[in-house]
Amino acid sequence: MGRKLLLDKAHIENIRLYDVYRREGGYRSVEKALKTMSPDAVTEEVKKSGLRGRGGAGFPTGMKWSFLAKPEGVPRYLVVNADESEPGTFKDRYLMEFIPHLLIEGMITSSFALGSNRAYIYIRGEYAWIVDILEQAIQEAKNNGFLGKNILGSGFDCEIYVQRGAGAYICGEETALLESLEGKRGNPRIKPPFPAVKGLWDCPTVVNNVETIAAVVPIINEGGEEYAKIGIGKSTGTKLISACGNIKKQGVYEIDMTISVEEFIYSDEYCGGIANGRKLKACIPGGSSVPILPANLLLTTAKGEKRMMTYESLADGGFATGSMMGSGGFIVLDDTQCVVKHTYTLARFYRHESCGQCSPCREGTGWMEKILLNIENGKGKMSDIDLLWDIQRKIEGNTICPLGDAAAWPVAAAIRHFRDEFEWHITNADEAQRRNYGLMHYADPIHVPVTA
Amino acid sequence: MMKFSDDKLKEVQRIINFYPDGKQKSAVIPVLHLAQQEFGGWLSTETMDYVASLLKLAPIEVYEVATFYSMYNLKPVGKYMFEVCQTGPCMLNGSDDIVKYIYDKLGIKPGETSADGLFTLKTVECLGACGYAPMMQMGKNYREHLTKEKVDAIINECRNEATAIKN
Ligand SMILES: Cc1cc2nc3c(=O)[nH]c(=O)nc-3n(C[C@H](O)[C@H](O)[C@H](O)COP(=O)(O)O)c2cc1C
Ligand code: SF4
Ligand code: FES
Repeated sequence: MGRKLLLDKAHIENIRLYDVYRREGGYRSVEKALKTMSPDAVTEEVKKSGLRGRGGAGFPTGMKWSFLAKPEGVPRYLVVNADESEPGTFKDRYLMEFIPHLLIEGMITSSFALGSNRAYIYIRGEYAWIVDILEQAIQEAKNNGFLGKNILGSGFDCEIYVQRGAGAYICGEETALLESLEGKRGNPRIKPPFPAVKGLWDCPTVVNNVETIAAVVPIINEGGEEYAKIGIGKSTGTKLISACGNIKKQGVYEIDMTISVEEFIYSDEYCGGIANGRKLKACIPGGSSVPILPANLLLTTAKGEKRMMTYESLADGGFATGSMMGSGGFIVLDDTQCVVKHTYTLARFYRHESCGQCSPCREGTGWMEKILLNIENGKGKMSDIDLLWDIQRKIEGNTICPLGDAAAWPVAAAIRHFRDEFEWHITNADEAQRRNYGLMHYADPIHVPVTA
Repeated sequence: MMKFSDDKLKEVQRIINFYPDGKQKSAVIPVLHLAQQEFGGWLSTETMDYVASLLKLAPIEVYEVATFYSMYNLKPVGKYMFEVCQTGPCMLNGSDDIVKYIYDKLGIKPGETSADGLFTLKTVECLGACGYAPMMQMGKNYREHLTKEKVDAIINECRNEATAIKN
């Protein structure tokens, strides 16, 4: 059994309630920080822990915190990103729904470190019932003196508010989120200035993912060095993975970053193998934006090593033969699935979610969707594959925010690894309407060149 | 004249208090949710103008927001809205069959409302329930692990509720 630091208590009956959470050791990190540590010491522990942002980019959290500008007399804000809209990702929801006080506790401790007296949770609008759960937890924390004025006699004041979005993936991008929190359309801002200098209402702001802030609790309780002992290399601590698609046991798992991808998919502790006796064909290991890999490259890197569930190993081989940890949204496709159709649904998603500010993203996502639909419907031409490749290249790197890249990468990876499936769709258009391409060679052992 | 009940006006004030003085523009998204829920499930121009007056905003500031976010309905919708997710992970688990089954049962395609005004079908993109697919949102809650039988039960539940309200 791997170590669990976030969800170890999530199954306890009524852990959603303050009394139970507190009895189980909750809010100790707030007591420790506010009574025995300075704000900088809290940040120092987070640095030592090696914690990396769990929202997708994996940026070191302690470093992000130390960039926060601290001009005299200007308020600073902590904003928790609970927009969770990347297809395949549903881990933050699980955490907030089942153990909401862990997020509230992490926010209080983090707010103390950052000197933020007012913190927001920006939650996707569709998670409407979770707003009630969070507001109840906030009220309970307040009734018990963990929020409000002069918390635990430390002189530190803190309030937490929940703001609902209204349906827009782009509001997960941190500057679009801030625009939305200011009551505007979710159009990403041009950076710099970064939120650490000019964020919410032009004040210095830290935006962190739900899971990142929750991880601050065990880091402060056990110490940054202890936390860093879990995992491999720069992948420290535990990570929530939301697993879905064609596996036996879909759901949210907390892993310590020491297991292999193979173990994660096939062991009964996690996904329990491929559903319905089918075979593994492909997987998107880190949310819809990261490259899809065929079964062989998923389980084994191009160097012939076992691929591990760590930031480094998932990215091994770069985009040529690797992928990314991303948001931890683990999407599994079995041998009955069609990569063209799956890629089409993702292209449609990005076209729908583009905010429309940059023409390469606004127009390019629409073209990719149309071309993929044509191929899927048996109306594709061979030249369409190169055209798709060309469009995604022209989007990548040419836009204000990374949504453009996020739309380009899934299409690029699908063509890179599944080109023959696309070609078959075009050359065997009629047949492709009746059946799917199947597993073919996608799980064959890869030939590893012998190095001299 | 359109107006929130006293209770809802209190809720509006509670939301405005989330933000520092003078930043009540931030309340527009939550207040639009409240208005949509209170005034017939969609946002008419009149509703948006009312929200603008409550928050002391120019109407255009409210229209801009209302037209950006996909949860706001800018046209009337049925009493029950079935918002079926169709993105990759849900597709892998048969969301297309659910959309088709709803069409077979109610005769409505995505974007359409049934003649009795009870049901609107909408296809939506990933709702963060990918591990519990296929799924749909109905009002404030999610209906997950959908099957044909479950869809039947949900339709009956809605019809019964609507009849009960009428009587
Ligand atoms: C299009 C887009 C969508 C994003 N969606 C989310 C999201 O839903 N949740 C999230 O935490 N981060 C999301 N991010 C990443 C955020 O911009 C930001 O990096 C993150 O919230 C920082 O928190 P972290 O350092 O704790 O990961 C998204 C980024 C982009 C470009
Ligand atoms: S890349 Fe796309 S989503 Fe991002 S700012 Fe440009 S148009 Fe908007
Ligand atoms: S893909 Fe349907 S909820 Fe995520």
